[in-house]
Amino acid sequence: MNTPIRRLSVLVACLMAALLVSTTLIQFVQAKSLNARPDNRRTLLSTYGRERGQILVGGKPVARSVPTADEFKWQRTYADPKTYSHITGYYSFIYGAGGGLESADNELLSGSSDLLFYQRIADMVTGKTPRGASLVLTIDDAAQQAAEKALGTQRGAVVALDPRTGAILALVSHPEYDPNALASHGKGVTAAMNALLADPGRPLIDRAIGGDRYPPGSTFKLVTAAAALSSGRWNPSSVLPGPAVLTLPQSSVGLPNDGHRACASGNKISFVDALRVSCNTAFGWLGMQVGADALRAQAAKFGVGDELAVPMRVTPSYVPSQLDEAQLAQSAIGQYEVQMTPLQVAMISAAIANGGVVMKPYLVGSAIADSELNVVAKAHPTQLSQAITPEVATTLTSMMEKVVTSGTGTAAAIPGVAVAGKTGTAEHGNGANPDAWFTGFAPADGPRVAVAVVVEDGGNAGSEAVGGAVAGPIAKAVMEAVLSS
Amino acid sequence: MTAVGRWPVRRGRTVELLLILGAVAIVTLAWCNVTEAIHGTLPADLWIGVAAILVLTVGCHLVLRWRVAYADPLILPIITLLNGLGIVMIYRLDLAHDRSFAHGLALRQIIWTAISVVIAVAVLLLVRDHRVLRRYTFLSAAVGVLLLLLPLVPVIGRSVNGSRIWVGLGPFTLQPGEIAKVVLTIFFASYLVRTRDALTVAGKRVLGLTLPRARDLGPILAAWAVAVGILVLQSDLGTSLLFFGLFVAMLYVATERVSWIVIGMTLFGAAAYAAYVLIPHVRERVELWLHPFAYTRDPHMSDQVAKGLMGMASGGMFGTGLGLGRPDLTYFSESDYIFPSFAEEIGLVGVFALLVLYAVLTERGLRTALGVRDGFGKLLATGLAFIIALQVFVIVGGVTRVIPLTGLTTPFLSYGGSSLLANWSLAALLLRISDQARRPVPAVPPAPAGRDVTEEMSIR
Repeated sequence: MNTPIRRLSVLVACLMAALLVSTTLIQFVQAKSLNARPDNRRTLLSTYGRERGQILVGGKPVARSVPTADEFKWQRTYADPKTYSHITGYYSFIYGAGGGLESADNELLSGSSDLLFYQRIADMVTGKTPRGASLVLTIDDAAQQAAEKALGTQRGAVVALDPRTGAILALVSHPEYDPNALASHGKGVTAAMNALLADPGRPLIDRAIGGDRYPPGSTFKLVTAAAALSSGRWNPSSVLPGPAVLTLPQSSVGLPNDGHRACASGNKISFVDALRVSCNTAFGWLGMQVGADALRAQAAKFGVGDELAVPMRVTPSYVPSQLDEAQLAQSAIGQYEVQMTPLQVAMISAAIANGGVVMKPYLVGSAIADSELNVVAKAHPTQLSQAITPEVATTLTSMMEKVVTSGTGTAAAIPGVAVAGKTGTAEHGNGANPDAWFTGFAPADGPRVAVAVVVEDGGNAGSEAVGGAVAGPIAKAVMEAVLSS
Repeated sequence: MTAVGRWPVRRGRTVELLLILGAVAIVTLAWCNVTEAIHGTLPADLWIGVAAILVLTVGCHLVLRWRVAYADPLILPIITLLNGLGIVMIYRLDLAHDRSFAHGLALRQIIWTAISVVIAVAVLLLVRDHRVLRRYTFLSAAVGVLLLLLPLVPVIGRSVNGSRIWVGLGPFTLQPGEIAKVVLTIFFASYLVRTRDALTVAGKRVLGLTLPRARDLGPILAAWAVAVGILVLQSDLGTSLLFFGLFVAMLYVATERVSWIVIGMTLFGAAAYAAYVLIPHVRERVELWLHPFAYTRDPHMSDQVAKGLMGMASGGMFGTGLGLGRPDLTYFSESDYIFPSFAEEIGLVGVFALLVLYAVLTERGLRTALGVRDGFGKLLATGLAFIIALQVFVIVGGVTRVIPLTGLTTPFLSYGGSSLLANWSLAALLLRISDQARRPVPAVPPAPAGRDVTEEMSIR
């Protein structure tokens, strides 16, 4: 019987070896990914045990952790929860760090970032309790509040940038939600989350940088105009065809103007006036003349298609690559399949305001280690690309000023300040009212703020919406707030 | 034939004592670690516990010295260490759940350890020679099956977490299946040693395998039927797998025929597939084995596997340190899930050590089987050693996703009186057999000239 006993001992060795392998797989190979799971209570508890960094706007915390007596030790609270909901995100015991900076900069806030390595060593040596780093935002509270108030109950988004640096001054998405309800340690968190998930308005989505994106409508004419001016074949006084309906090759429908009216008598209109009155047929024609490649290249120079993180991930905007002539004409006025985030539209205005230079947008000015106020990370304004020449930028600026002084964008005019802008009314899908857009910057002769506003389905104006009338006043309120602060 | 000089055989009792003291020292250190980490003090409970473990195991050692002098010197120290560490972890979980020492599980486990050691000593003293157990072949079969059926008796049977494997009498609950495993190992060994000649008779050859005769299939079919019965009537995958695996292994060792393994595997595979198709409880276990994280939000499915995995992962290479993790977040962290509790707090390095302890314990058992001279002893020692390894594999493999999870205790570590009782008795039998295996053969009187002595066997 000794031979089978020896064989059995080999089997036992194999069984034990299998257990050694399986434990190694779990505790060594997969450990990192298992620990990173959002539903891992241990990871949450250990991060809860440490004071999480604050999120600061203008020196005041919009998110901070206060001590509690329960097992989590710290309660995350949000000072102005709804206004800042998409910027802060939420920090929930059940759902983990989600949305906004809570998720995107979790490593800094929780204190586990490699940037805080020396800080942790120092804390260990000096016996201090380690804390997370605090984030100092670039947000201008006045602009954020103005955007929040002006957008009101309408669905949509507002983005304001400092065109010189790319710093984000306001970032609002409606509908908002209350992160305090999700950060609560009590009951009702699951109910609150389920209500948000079931809400048809999808409040958890940050429409300013993500979600389904929007057709940019006539605001995209800035890209078409930039491509046309850059080609050198047109100048503001060039005469373009502006009929009521532009005949399109391979299409029986044609590209109409709003109300099927000609842009000017005699079906001829100057380039500058075509932008001023937002003439669809002129820009459709211009798009076909410029060509799909040049149009797409111009869009790409403005940042379309780039993967950006502000640090929240930004959904790349999109211009289709295969376009026939009819689709090209549609795309040139921001329809067909062109999709943009409000942040991307704001970046286009900001680039025009900044002599053609696109700056990388960012939301966090600096990260400070709380204990000694040491700056552990600081944002440096970064140039993304030169979208257009300074000359073309100047020309385009003066054309955009006409939009606000005597065109479709008069609702955004600020007394005593030169404002440059462009409106948009974007058709999307059958039956739905068009989205209202406005983008622009001010002052035109020394820009300090660039904005993009979108109001879904025409907001309160419904089917009567014309971009300028609905979105223009919101842009005006935000720009005024920045200029007066 | 030349006379061979006799070397003194090393009994190893002093080595055993030193190793026991070392094991108790490790347990003490671990216990200090726990209380220091959680309370920052060393409370009196600790010393009561350590003293109890020391008295019990050194007492057991003295009995060995007195009556079982040649017993294997590694078995007792290893189970001392496992049992002691188990108590420390249970104590640590008592603290996490705010249970005082007087009302906690650790004290109960210490009391059960004491009862188990006393019974183990009784087994050592009563069973002077393991071969007497052969007399009780059919009595042990009857007792074993009775114990297995006990939970099905209406008044005393209790169902816990879907498995009907408990009996309760007042405040006391027992898992008779644990004790049945020792009794049935005795039955298997004595039965197989009687019938092995018949079972070895060759039948047809198919595909290079010598199959047994059809009429000899009776015993394996009976064992299979019992295993399936446990599965269906008590919904207990683990025990059923354990018994059948044990029987097939012992059958193979008794007959040296691979065909028994093939037949056993086929029968097991068929039963397992049928169980998967027919029993929802089994299907759920398989589903959770394949996708442990898919149902963490589903209140009808257990997230125990997922929680165990995350606990183990948080331990990583070196563990959080005893008392510094959160093993209490997993259910049954002191019984079925005590292995992940250790994995979390002593890390990969620590659980490797635990697994090596089990491997060495099994290896000492199998070495005993090799050394002992009678067939019954060989089979019994093989069965007792293999059941430890198999039980560790089934529960730890279930926890670490090698196989679907089935509830079983981890021998000596887990909380549970029946389990301790059964495993200490099992160890006592192994010690007794190892004493036989290592005891030198009494000096043979010189053979009268002209007679040829071919083999000596000591028979008492």
